[in-house]
Amino acid sequence: MKLKKTMRAFALLTAVTLFMTSCGSDEASVGTGDCESVDSVTLQLQWFAQAQFAGYYAAEDGGIYDNYCLDVTIMEGGVDIVPQQQLASGAADFAISWVPKVLVSLEEGMNLVNVAQVFQRSGTLQVSWADSGINEPADMAGKTVGNWGWGNEFELLAGAHRAGLDPATDFNLVGQGFDMLGLLSGEMDAVQAMIYNEYAQVLEAINPDTGELYTADDMTVIDWNDVGTAMLNDAIWADGDRLASDDAYADITTRFVAASLEGWAHCRDHADECVEFVLNNGSALGASHQTWQMNEINALIWPSEGGVGMIDADLWAQTVDVATAEGILAAAPGDGAYTNEYAEAANDILDGKGISTTGSDWTRATVTLNEGGE
Amino acid sequence: MKSAKVTRVFFTVVFVIFFLVLLWEGYKWMGQQTDDQWPGTNFGLPVATNDTIMPHFVDVVGELTAEIRDGQSSMPMYAFLLKKAWFTFQEAAIGFILGLTIGMGLAVLMSRWKVSERGLLPWINVSQTIPLIALAPVVVTWGRNQGLPDLFSISLISTYLTFFPVAVSGLRGLQSPDAAHVELMHSYAASWRTTLFKLRLPAARPYLFPALKLAGSLSIVGAIVGEISIGRKTGLGRAILEYALRYAIFPERLYASVIGAAFLGLMVFGMINLAERFFMRRTREVAS
Repeated sequence: MKLKKTMRAFALLTAVTLFMTSCGSDEASVGTGDCESVDSVTLQLQWFAQAQFAGYYAAEDGGIYDNYCLDVTIMEGGVDIVPQQQLASGAADFAISWVPKVLVSLEEGMNLVNVAQVFQRSGTLQVSWADSGINEPADMAGKTVGNWGWGNEFELLAGAHRAGLDPATDFNLVGQGFDMLGLLSGEMDAVQAMIYNEYAQVLEAINPDTGELYTADDMTVIDWNDVGTAMLNDAIWADGDRLASDDAYADITTRFVAASLEGWAHCRDHADECVEFVLNNGSALGASHQTWQMNEINALIWPSEGGVGMIDADLWAQTVDVATAEGILAAAPGDGAYTNEYAEAANDILDGKGISTTGSDWTRATVTLNEGGE
Repeated sequence: MKSAKVTRVFFTVVFVIFFLVLLWEGYKWMGQQTDDQWPGTNFGLPVATNDTIMPHFVDVVGELTAEIRDGQSSMPMYAFLLKKAWFTFQEAAIGFILGLTIGMGLAVLMSRWKVSERGLLPWINVSQTIPLIALAPVVVTWGRNQGLPDLFSISLISTYLTFFPVAVSGLRGLQSPDAAHVELMHSYAASWRTTLFKLRLPAARPYLFPALKLAGSLSIVGAIVGEISIGRKTGLGRAILEYALRYAIFPERLYASVIGAAFLGLMVFGMINLAERFFMRRTREVAS
């Protein structure tokens, strides 16, 4: 008797679940908040909460993921957390990581797929003082050049090679922390910096000669996008095996990519609100620093000529070429390393909601940095 | 009598802090006068004395009262650090208790059977040569796959550091009773368990407490390293790391957060001292 009751309850539960999943993937209602069921997913970031990840925080705190029937847990990165490893091991459902770093992991046997290339440009710079005479990669000859290591130095090494320099002998390549101490203390002539983070640190520091903040005129910058050795940065990665075998996961991926890209579109149109989302999530970086970062991140995404999240085949090829030429990769990755399938679906959904997917009318704001980024 | 002692300790602490501040500021002042060289020589000072490397003590203390934004609220730095320290303390406490349990368990096991000592002790020693940066990602990935919170993963890293001194010193302590005492227990036909509780464990106390003080500090270190490595938002380790990254423009904050960590370490040390006093009371009565 009792068993029968349990069986009946189980059957009912199964029926309800089936009904709910079939409704969840109903194309017409995607992104409208009309949810029969909610899927829980985890996202592994590369680093701590900062405007670099504002789109995901906006989608989470602004209710966009809710509209796509997703309950997203955002996991921040740490010093020893490798996002693609968390993804491959199943500890995360999606991960944010730079393309060249993941390509190395793919060669080591992981099966991950780039499902949305969020950043269309690279944010890595090599920064020097204006009076150092370093204006292009060739000028680094004989200088002390800082680099972060951990796969963040590929563009620099490729740029040096292209200028005919051998990083091993033609300049003094030294390790540097994720800060600007090497430049500020005069220990290094050229240091690595992300335009949206470390570069701003200099602008937030007091110049002892003037007693005021440093200005952009005090520095010269080598931008790897201009040199032609830029590699693709932040992308959303999914598990390749699960995409192939698990239809529910593929459906979740479509919704996750669309919702995340909608979050980024929101941060394009409401940058200040997104800065608040980031600060609410406990960033130790100050408000003006995050506002700067939000603006620069937007500049890496917008305009997305081919549609937001779409992978530009030329930039993908450039990333792969640089990586293979530098010996970072033994061979080019297979075709399965990226797909535009999910980004295309996301663009259709956003178009349907009347959200601009190219951001062609976005313009860079002017952000005033305060001392210490406060 | 007792209050006189408290007063003495208080003044010693105040004097030591005063002396250290004087040394810091004096060295800084000297360096500023001589352009970071030993007076009258061309030899550079070992540490530069500019405001980035050595901020003024007053500025560091001043930073402790500055307003800090923490998520949706805003609070003075000292309150912020206390809040973070409380999380780190919880992680460390779980790690410490687990480490104590595992360490003592291993010590008892090894003292019971010589063969287990020979089999286990080398591995216990080897365990401490594995670098934490190798261990941390493995622990957190495993923990997440098991559905455990990151807090527990960090505690496990803490456990990994704390069990070692407990196991090694515990074993030494359990083996410390004189042969005569052990034989006396034998002559009473006392069971192994009775010998353990009546003789070996009490005899192990003087060996155990120095190890526990070490383990207490290590549990904090483990928690902070674990937080940095895993990237957990709530603890002191994260605050230290974030301020370290912005050291060039805000050195006072890094120093303030390190003071917070030192304060937490002292608290734990003090708590273990109190526990020692409580458990060692009877020994002292016998000794005096």
